[in-house]
Formats: sequence, structure tokens, C-alpha cells
Amino acid sequence: MQEFDELRKQAKTEAENTVSLGALNDVRAKFIGKNGEITALLRQMKDIPFEERASFGKKVNDLKEEVSAIFEKKERELKEKEREDRFKKEAVDITLPGNAVKVGGAHPLNIVKNKIIDAFCGLGFEVFEGPEIDSDYYCFQALNIPKDHPARDMQDTFYINDNILLRPHTSPGQVRTMENKKPPIKILSPGRVYRADDDASHSPMFHQIEGLVVDKGVSLCDLKGLLDTFVKLIFDEDTKTRFRPSYFPFTEPSVEVDVTCCKCHGKGCGLCKNTGWIEILGAGVVNKNVLKMSGIDPEVYSGLAFGLGIERIAMIKYGISDIRTLFESNVRFLEQFDRR
Amino acid sequence: MKIPFSWLKDYVDIDCSAEELEAKLFSCGFEVEETLYFGEKIDKIVTCKILKIEKHPNADKLSVCTVDAGKYGTLQIITAATNVFEGAIVPVALDGSTLFNGEKIRKGKLRGLESCGMFCSGEELGITDDWYEGASVHGILIFREDLPLGESVKDILGIGDVIFDVNVTANRPDCQSVLGMAREVAAVLGKPLKMPDLSYNTDAGVSTLKTVKITDDAFDLCPRYKGRLIKDVKIGPSPEWMRRRLFSMGLKSINNVVDITNFVLLEIGQPMHAFDLRDLEGNEINVRRAKKGEKIITLDEKEFKLDENNLVICDAEKPVALAGVMGGLNSGIKDDTKDVLFESARFARDNIRKTSRTLGQRSDSSARFEKGVDYLSQEIGLKRALNLVDKLGCGKIACDEYDLKGEQFKEKTIETTVDKINGVLGLDIAADTVKNILERLDFKVTLDGRNITVIVPLYREDVEGYPDLAEEVIREYGYDNITPTLLKTSAITAGGRNAEQKSAEDLKDLLIGYGYNETITYSFVSEKEFDLFGLDKSRLIRILNPISEDMAIMRTTLIPSLVRAAVYNINRQNYDGKLFELAKTYFAVSGDNAELPEEKEVLCFAAFGEKEDYFSVKGVTDGIFAAFCYGKEIKYVRSSEKFMHPTRSADIFVDGEKVGLIGQVHPDIVAACGADKAVFVGEIRIDILKKHFNGKITAKQVSKFPSVERDLAVITEEDVLCDDVVSVIKRNGGKILEKVSLFDVYRGNQVAMGKKSMAFNLVFGSDDRTLNVKEVDDAIEKILKNLKSELNAELR
Repeated sequence: MQEFDELRKQAKTEAENTVSLGALNDVRAKFIGKNGEITALLRQMKDIPFEERASFGKKVNDLKEEVSAIFEKKERELKEKEREDRFKKEAVDITLPGNAVKVGGAHPLNIVKNKIIDAFCGLGFEVFEGPEIDSDYYCFQALNIPKDHPARDMQDTFYINDNILLRPHTSPGQVRTMENKKPPIKILSPGRVYRADDDASHSPMFHQIEGLVVDKGVSLCDLKGLLDTFVKLIFDEDTKTRFRPSYFPFTEPSVEVDVTCCKCHGKGCGLCKNTGWIEILGAGVVNKNVLKMSGIDPEVYSGLAFGLGIERIAMIKYGISDIRTLFESNVRFLEQFDRR
Repeated sequence: MKIPFSWLKDYVDIDCSAEELEAKLFSCGFEVEETLYFGEKIDKIVTCKILKIEKHPNADKLSVCTVDAGKYGTLQIITAATNVFEGAIVPVALDGSTLFNGEKIRKGKLRGLESCGMFCSGEELGITDDWYEGASVHGILIFREDLPLGESVKDILGIGDVIFDVNVTANRPDCQSVLGMAREVAAVLGKPLKMPDLSYNTDAGVSTLKTVKITDDAFDLCPRYKGRLIKDVKIGPSPEWMRRRLFSMGLKSINNVVDITNFVLLEIGQPMHAFDLRDLEGNEINVRRAKKGEKIITLDEKEFKLDENNLVICDAEKPVALAGVMGGLNSGIKDDTKDVLFESARFARDNIRKTSRTLGQRSDSSARFEKGVDYLSQEIGLKRALNLVDKLGCGKIACDEYDLKGEQFKEKTIETTVDKINGVLGLDIAADTVKNILERLDFKVTLDGRNITVIVPLYREDVEGYPDLAEEVIREYGYDNITPTLLKTSAITAGGRNAEQKSAEDLKDLLIGYGYNETITYSFVSEKEFDLFGLDKSRLIRILNPISEDMAIMRTTLIPSLVRAAVYNINRQNYDGKLFELAKTYFAVSGDNAELPEEKEVLCFAAFGEKEDYFSVKGVTDGIFAAFCYGKEIKYVRSSEKFMHPTRSADIFVDGEKVGLIGQVHPDIVAACGADKAVFVGEIRIDILKKHFNGKITAKQVSKFPSVERDLAVITEEDVLCDDVVSVIKRNGGKILEKVSLFDVYRGNQVAMGKKSMAFNLVFGSDDRTLNVKEVDDAIEKILKNLKSELNAELR
């Protein structure tokens, strides 16, 4: 049985000396393959006396299993090593810059607009966008601004002809909605508006959002509640509002709404001119004449309206000092804002 | 509106500081925009007597004065002034003092001799002759009186008033005067209002009615005209107290009669006019519309040609005043005027405004009338003027007057309930409190249970109904008492954006995901832009009164704006950029714009920079269609737009309808805009895209059977398009062809010149079985045969 020991030893040595899976397969074939040396031993069976055949066969099989185990062990080792080598080769410098998928961004005015819309949509407001070029009736008369009212002077409003003009505010949205919808009405009317003004704080084209509620028994207290909720969402939780009496032809009573300065929180700073307050919008209880003209009975329903300039809010929120920056399309300026 | 604190105090016993009053006014709707402290900076300027004047030994033009400055002792002051004399009492700014303009004065040496301060002129004290006679003199102010020495000049001259610049809203013209503001101050402080003295003595021998004939032929434009005669007028200077009042409001004193009209304008808010009676032809006044072509030369010597829209005050022959705007040069007050006719009238606000605008002529009077003058002011104004005439002793007041009225002015009565007033506010203010507040504001109130009857004072023309009363109440009750509620009586509504508005936001999000930055550009462009880009001008909308020619036309496409934006960036070293805008374009419906124009929303995007090409913008539109128009037929057809690159641009069709275009902007146009880089754009009409949005989606089961893939590289002529090949493949691939996609285009070695190789990946499959090789081979054969016959394309 010296031959058996020799084969075992030989197989073990050769297996241990292999460095690759391919070489290991060759060695494996050499010993236990179809024509392998150990396999060949079985073929000697016919020359073995019958009574010894069983024990010989068992010995050969034992040897074959033993050698197979050696090869399997070696194979596991080699596979493990190969994987290690592969991972080593695949190693990356995990600190190199990523492959940028450059994302664009929304315009700061639309970011603010969407925040406002989202705030009011949660309170049950719909969005209505009316035409930007509108008639004298919708822009003025239906809002209780009759012909010859000082607010309609040529230097303020852009005219296409005597009757058609670029809307100077989003308030026509109020009228168009009331004409087409029965209360309860809760709408926002955002969009572009136009006035003949051009300097660091005025642009000939700018954006407003008009809000309107018409229902039974709505009051100035509700206006306060709505605007309090809204300013907290736009600025921050601590923001407070203040009403000041004012005058607009389409609301009565009318108020000017101030918020606590978002920069100094009411202590006084350059932004709020040391008053602690910043004026952000005009609002009021819808004038009875306006309701009547739009076909709503002012003895049954009452309305609230507010209108704000999106530029103003955006400029306060982002600390923008010149309104013209918003319309220059400079990509380095536009890239600074939230992605949406 | 400027209001001096001291003047307010004449009518209300104000017991709070200027700062406290400012806060109270703010809370009731009168924002003080600026508080001016007149002479606030003046400090350490005192009276002194010049004891001795000697020539300066080292300077011809300087004098050395020894002065007695009372408790500040005897001082040496060097001066260059030549109007000083020994014994004169003058103001001296001591060492460490401050002048009106804030300039500090220190003692110092002048040509070797010490000067302990400086004598002051009227200007250095911020005053003129109107404040103190002699203050306007060239040189040092010399006091007329024998004053105590070393005393504060500021106190002696009464400098140091506080002047509020109040923002009065357009609905409160009644507050455009000292008296009007005093009414509000009295109400907010809960103090009585002391009316100005309106009493006067008349001369029984002087009659307006017997001397002058006044007629009003335009009651619509002049609903009230009062006229009163003053005889034997002595024109002269006004007293100092009156001149000081005018001075503090920025007005220069002219003479007693003119000053009285100006004083009444400021105090009562009634513009008045004074005619020299001898200039009134026929001793007549006639109020009427001007005749077309009629002319007038106003007091400031400007000539105006008038028409029927202008109201004029005429004598028997000619216009003598442009009503409410300015008097005529032919009838003004002169130094030797003997008899004066005072006019106190109400003119229609809008007419004065129109006349003032169209003629380009403005005055304090027209500015006041434009804001609106109430019915009560003609009466009070004239009375106050007569009171001043009497007080100043400048003439004999007629015992009667003209008071022409187009209608009887009656106080309005509002009948409502306390609950309605509270309803507007959302509060529950007690009926007595409501009554009390309204009475403080001069309303006459009768309370009957919850019913309330309110008589509105004549000067409050803005108050029409209970909402106005609610505003009056909350103004005084305090806006701080408004407690926030969230529509507690209102019905719940669903709210939110509609599907269309949501998809617009989704579309923008897609562009943002593709790396595009949203921009906003002006809706108007210049007409030159239309010419440069060769755009259709047939439905152009022009602005009648644009700010400039660059913003005169409403745009019909966003492409020029975004090309300009790209060029703007390129010229500022922003060489790479991607921009988009979703906005409206505008098209006239009729030539005269009798109807509202059409407004069509478009999405426009532009890309520029080294990595950009035609395919970067096509990638965007491909993505939009994949996301919003899944499964629709999309076709790119070479565009013939003049402003686009002739071989790198395409019109896009969705299911056969043109929805927009993409490609490179014509290099000549970009060059004309000021850059030599390639700019790529795309524009999509949202209204058309919307029609092809994904409808209702029914999910299709994905096949369980394996698919077969084949790659096919075909060689074609250079001008054969990818779409041409794809369309042949699709038509001939049979039902089993599921997908065709291009994966490579090759030109070079193994391909002949002028030809190209396009490689496609074809996927075959079936929902109900595994395909056999033969049917796929047959399909490929058919495809190749037809590629050859239709496009002369060969398998590579």
C-alpha cells in the first residue's frame, strides 16, 4: 500500500503548490479526473483476487475522498484569494468628487409663490389664474375704482387701448371668480402684473397674489387668523402680524398688515428701519359695492381680500436689495436658491 | 401733509409728548412718515451785546469785537461781518455750540487773535425774515429788541417746533389741513376740539350783492361758489405770528391778503382766491366752461390754450382765473389793490385733476382740490379769512355775500345695527362703546336697543354705510383687539391646485431635474427684436404708453428673451448654463384689440456651454414626451424657422400636431445679440401639449416568455435619417417586433465616404409563446429587403 501513501502525499504537495484555480483543476484531473491516477487504481480491480476486492475498493474510495477534500479545501482558499485580489483591484478613492448630476432650481419668486399657495391650499383655497391683459371693467370699475379715479393715471398703468390694459394688480381675479362661482369662495389669484415704474425697488413687471374669501359671517378676526397662519409658514413660527388702518377702494375697512421683522425679530434693525415691523400686504373686508357688482348679495355674504407683492416677500426673505436682480437671468444668481 | 405740533395745540389741549401723539395717530390710521424737529440741532447760541469794535491788526477784512455775553462773561469774537456796530445785540455761537445745520463751532485763532465763538446770521439759525424781521439780512442777525444777555437764542426766537409729516390716505381729504388733523387728535385723545375763531365785524355800508354780480353756469363742475367783497384794503406785510406759521409749512410771505388765503388753505383746507375788483370787467364773475381756443395767462406768466373741458372764472369779458388751479395775471392782488373779492368755492375733483394734468399746471390749490374739498370748508374757510381780515385790520368787510349752490348739501343718515358693525369686525363691542366712539368723531348717534342711527358730519364724505362705521369704531377701539379666528362660520372647501396647474408644476420639476434653472423675464420686448428674429407681426400687441421702446410690444415667443438671457450670461463669464421659463405669450384677436387678446402659455428653455449640442435640448423634449405623452407618436421634422440654424433645428409634432421646436439658434442672430457661442433652445406650447397628455392608463401585462434580441448595423447615404430607418424596421418587423433603438452611429474606416453606419438593437417577443429562430430570421430578412429597396441601405 506504499503506492497509496505515495499518491496521497503527491496529491497533497501538488495541490498546495498550485496558485490558480485553473492549475488546481489540472492537478485535480491528474489525480481524480476520468483518467486520473487514483481513478486508474480502480481499473486495477480486475487483477485483484476476488476476496480482496472489497477492501481494495474501499481503500481506493477512501483515498479518493481524502484527496478530494484536499482539493476542495485548496479551491476554497484560492477562491477566497481571488476575490480578495479582485476587490483590491476594484478599490476606489472614496474621497474623489462624485459624478455630478447637476440639478437646476426654481426661481426665487416661484419658490415664494409656491410656499404661499401651499400654505393657503391647506386652508381650502383654490388657485385661479386670470388673464394678464384685461379690461378696464375688471381692473378698475368692478373694484369700485370708477373712471377718473387718481389710481388710474396713465403714468401708473400700461394701456393697450382705452379699454384694454395690462393688469396693474391681481385683483381682477376676485371679480372673475365671484362672477362664476357661488359662495363659499376661497381662492388665490397669483400672477404677473404691470406698472410703469422702474428703479431699484420697482419693476415694470412684478408678481402679486390676491386672496379672497366670500362666505356667511366672515370678519376682520378671520382675516387676522388667516394672515397669522400664513406668515408663520412663510417666515417663521414666532412671526406676528399687526393691522393698521388704511384705504383701498375695494375693501372697507382696509388694513395694512405688518409682520415682525424677520431679521431682528422686532428689536429694530436696518431692514425694518428700526421699527421692528415690516409692511408686507394690504387687506380688508370686501367693499359691499364690489360684492354687489359681481352678483353676490352683501346682506347675506361678506368677503375678505388680501393682496401681496411676491417680490417684496422674496426680497425680505432672501435679503435681495435690488429688484432688477430677479429678472436678469444670471445663472450664478439663480443657482443659490432651494432646488424647488 | 405737514402739521406743526404747535399749531395743533391751538385747537386741542394736548397733554402728551410729540412721540406719544405720533404713536396714537399711527394706531388710528395716520402714519407719521417723518418727524422733523425744527432747529433741533441748535445748541449754545446766546444773546450778546457788542461793547467795542476794533480793526484786526493782521487782517483788513476782520474786526475784533468785545462782547458782553451775560453769564458767559466778556468774550472776544473775531468777525468778517460789516453790519455789526457797537451796542448791537446779536446771537453768538459759543465754544462747543451747534448751528442749525449741525455744524460745530469751536474757539480758535484767526490771524493770530483768539475768537471765543462766532456771530450768527439768520441762515445759520435756519430762519428768514418771515420768522424774525432782519433774519434775511446779508450779515449778522441784529436783534431789534433790548434783550437780556447770555440767554438762549433758540428760546427767544421760539425755534424748536416739531413738524409731523403725516401720510393721509386718499379717503380722508378732510384731514388735509391742520383743523382736520386736530379733529382726529381731539378724538383719539378724548379731548374737545377748540374751533378757530370765525367771528368778524362787517361794514353795513359795503355790500357784495350791490357791487358785484356773480353767476355760476357750471354747477356740475362748481357745485358751490361763495364770494365776499372787502373794501378799502390796505396791502401790507402780515404780522410775525402769521408769517411764522407760513414759514414752518414752507411758504414765503407775500402780503397780508395773499397770506390770508394761504393761511386758510393750510389751516382749514379750503383753497381761496382773491381778485382785485378793479380788474373785473363789469364788476362781474361768471363761472363757466372755457370756450375752445380761449386763452389765459396765469399768475406765473404762463399762457394756456383752453377748451370746454377746462373750467374758468370769468369777468364780463374774459377768463380771470383757471378755476381751482391758478388766478389770472390780469386780476391778481397788487401793492395798490383797493378792493378785493374773496372766492371760496368747491370744484369737482376730477375736473381739476384733468385740467391740471392736461395743461401741466399745478399749484397748492389744484393739489388740494384733486384730493377733494368737503362741503363744509367753503363756509368755514371764508369765515376764517374774514376773521383774519378783521383781526389784521386790512379792510372793510361787506355785510353780505354770494353763496351759489347747485344743490342743498344734506348730512347723510345711516340706519343700521350694532350687530352689523360688530359682524364686520368679528367682535362684540358694547353698544354704548360704539356710540361713544362715534360721538367722539363728531357723528350724531341715536341708540335704540340694538338699532343705531348715525348722522354723518358733512366733511366725512367717505362714510357711506355700516362697514365704514365699523372702520371708525375699530380705529379708535384699537386693532390690537382683533383676535385671530380661522373662518369659524365658513363652510369647508377642498382647495388645492387643479390638474392643469399641477401638471405645469410637474413639468417645471422635470426641467429642474434635468439641470435647468428657472428664470423670469419681461413679458414685453422691443419691436426691433421682432425684426431681428424675423417674427410674424400680424397679431402684435403694442403698449400705448411704454416706459421705453425696449418694452413696447407684448411677446409672442419666449425664445428672444431666453437667447438674450444666454448672451447676458456668456458675456459675464457664465459660459455654461441651462435656463427655462414657463410664461404667457400674447396675440391680438382683432386689429383694434376690441376683444381681450389670446394668452398662450409656453415652456421655453435654453442651454449653452461646451457640453451642449442639439441632442442636449432634444433630450429634454424626448423626456417631456416620455413623461407626459407616453405612447404618442412624436415626430421631429427639419424646421424652416428663419431664426434657427438651418440644419440643426426641428419642428416637433405630437400625433401630427405641431407642439413646438428645438435646435440651435441661428449663429447670425446670436452674434447680433452679442455673443459668438452656440445657443440651443426649445419651445413647447403648453395648450397643445396638454391635449396630448397621458389619458387614463390601463396597465399592460409584461410577457412571461423570453424575448429575442438582434443587433443590426446598416450602411446608408449620409442624408438618410435615423427615423427613416426606424420607420422601415417598424413597418416590416411584424407583430413580434417589440422595440427598436439606435445604439451607435459610425463614420470612418470600413464605411465609404459620404455614407454612415447606424446600429440598432431590435427586441422581438410575444405575449403567449417563446419565439422560434425562424420567425425572427424571417422578420430580419424582410426588414433588410425593404431597407435596401426603400433606402438603399445595406447590412454592414
